[in-house]
Amino acid sequence: MNNFQFKRVSSQVAAIAELSKDPAAKLVAGGTNLIDLMKYGVMAPDKLVDVNHLSFDVIKKEEGSLHIGSTVRNAVAAGNADVLKYQPLLSQAMLAGASAQLRNKATMGGNLLQRTRCGYFYDISAPCNKRVPGSGCGALEGYNRMHAIFGASNSCIAVNPSDMNVALTALDAVILVSGPKGNRKIPISEFHRLPGAHPELDTTLDRKEIITGLVIPDNNFAAHTTYLKVRDRTSYAFALISVAVAIDFDGTTIRDIRLAMGGVAHKPWRLKEAEQMLKGKVATVENFKMAAELAMKGAKAYEHNAFKLKLAPNTMVQALKTASGVKA
Amino acid sequence: MIENTTRDKEDKDMTGNSRRDFLKKSSVITAIALTPVAAVKASDLKLDERLSEAIEQMPLSIEINGQQHNLKVEPRTTLLDLLRERLKLTGTKKGCDQGQCGACTVHIDGVRSLSCLQLAVMNEGAKITTIEGLSDGNKLHPMQEAFIKHDGFQCGYCTPGQIMSAVACIHEGHANSELEIREFMSGNICRCGAYANIVNAIKEVKEGGAI
Repeated sequence: MNNFQFKRVSSQVAAIAELSKDPAAKLVAGGTNLIDLMKYGVMAPDKLVDVNHLSFDVIKKEEGSLHIGSTVRNAVAAGNADVLKYQPLLSQAMLAGASAQLRNKATMGGNLLQRTRCGYFYDISAPCNKRVPGSGCGALEGYNRMHAIFGASNSCIAVNPSDMNVALTALDAVILVSGPKGNRKIPISEFHRLPGAHPELDTTLDRKEIITGLVIPDNNFAAHTTYLKVRDRTSYAFALISVAVAIDFDGTTIRDIRLAMGGVAHKPWRLKEAEQMLKGKVATVENFKMAAELAMKGAKAYEHNAFKLKLAPNTMVQALKTASGVKA
Repeated sequence: MIENTTRDKEDKDMTGNSRRDFLKKSSVITAIALTPVAAVKASDLKLDERLSEAIEQMPLSIEINGQQHNLKVEPRTTLLDLLRERLKLTGTKKGCDQGQCGACTVHIDGVRSLSCLQLAVMNEGAKITTIEGLSDGNKLHPMQEAFIKHDGFQCGYCTPGQIMSAVACIHEGHANSELEIREFMSGNICRCGAYANIVNAIKEVKEGGAI
């Protein structure tokens, strides 16, 4: 690993000041992704700014929403009584990700910024537009089994690896950020980007901004949520396909529903058309299958990931069955 | 809600901003001040390297297995390398060194974590427990006894990480069924495939209530 300066800060203002004066500085909290990338030489910041001592380590139920601070550890959030009571889908998704050891260190802010696990991004001898803009995409014509089926571009077909982000997308979370120009709130749908011509940018967060926390608006989904993750082994692997489902029932009729998919795109993939179709409908397997068909509109496979075109709708139907309790 | 106005305190960063700047300036000063002969001599004595070594290190106060250490470390030193290379605590193993195998699992302030993905300097003031600190003198920890009894290993390389993780798994309350144990131990890979015996060892310690 290249050497670097290490600076501990104890205030948000100091952290932003460091980012403002040094373009090659990076924030570090859990370090579970960044330190790994630095070992591979994928990222080589000049300076690490340690934000572990900032006062963002709080979970608070507020009027109309749940606030989770950016340096709350994933394991802490997943086991928090308010998260389990108000937003169980988030807990389910986080527990499906990584391992106990990693979740004990990884933070909410860090997980939002988790970088892709595309092998060509990690292999510094391979071309990758995300790592070195303009160098090409190794995955496009390469071994692309793990890669995107939605929203990809000729520059990049990598996927966002986070489970947490899929649940937050289904739950319409809002990301709270702070920078030299003040505070702003970014809806999660606008936080992660599609690759387009600039896959080097994972998010719309400015280089000088820091994530202070996120809020999840209250909802009526808690009784019917499922996070179903399909992967190469039973645990501790990234998703081939994952589906987050949250349903609000009026008897057997779906009053409101949220659907999001992971392992399929450069950002967590919200399935709004399928949601619209299911709203007001009775929960039946036939309706679930029709919604899944709708959800797959516009999907495009590459040489090695065509299996996702079948696995994705099947996973979605299974997740809907589990969340609704509808059998057969 | 967190507002920047309420939380700002005086920044008490430890290193200041100046180590690199100082190095750059000092090189210039060296170049000006020294005659070519003196500069060559300084180079022979590796003064530059010694200077940079002294400046590029950070103080670190850390407790490991109950013993206080006041050290100086490079920021890039991982907790794992500090334990193994510096303090010769080689019980903690380096498997993948990339956060994928769990062999380097230690307890940081009582919480199981991967020491390979932790910079040592991120653990200022922390209390670390490694496999060497688990036993009570010559008396093995119940989990160590159980691993021996149930043959919870073949080659033994992943074992320190497995045991540290297993102890934490019970403390966390995640050892209530075989399924739960398997899920919450999934971050510790065993190439020999001793999983069935590892699960039995954990079940026995959990049911015995010894920890």
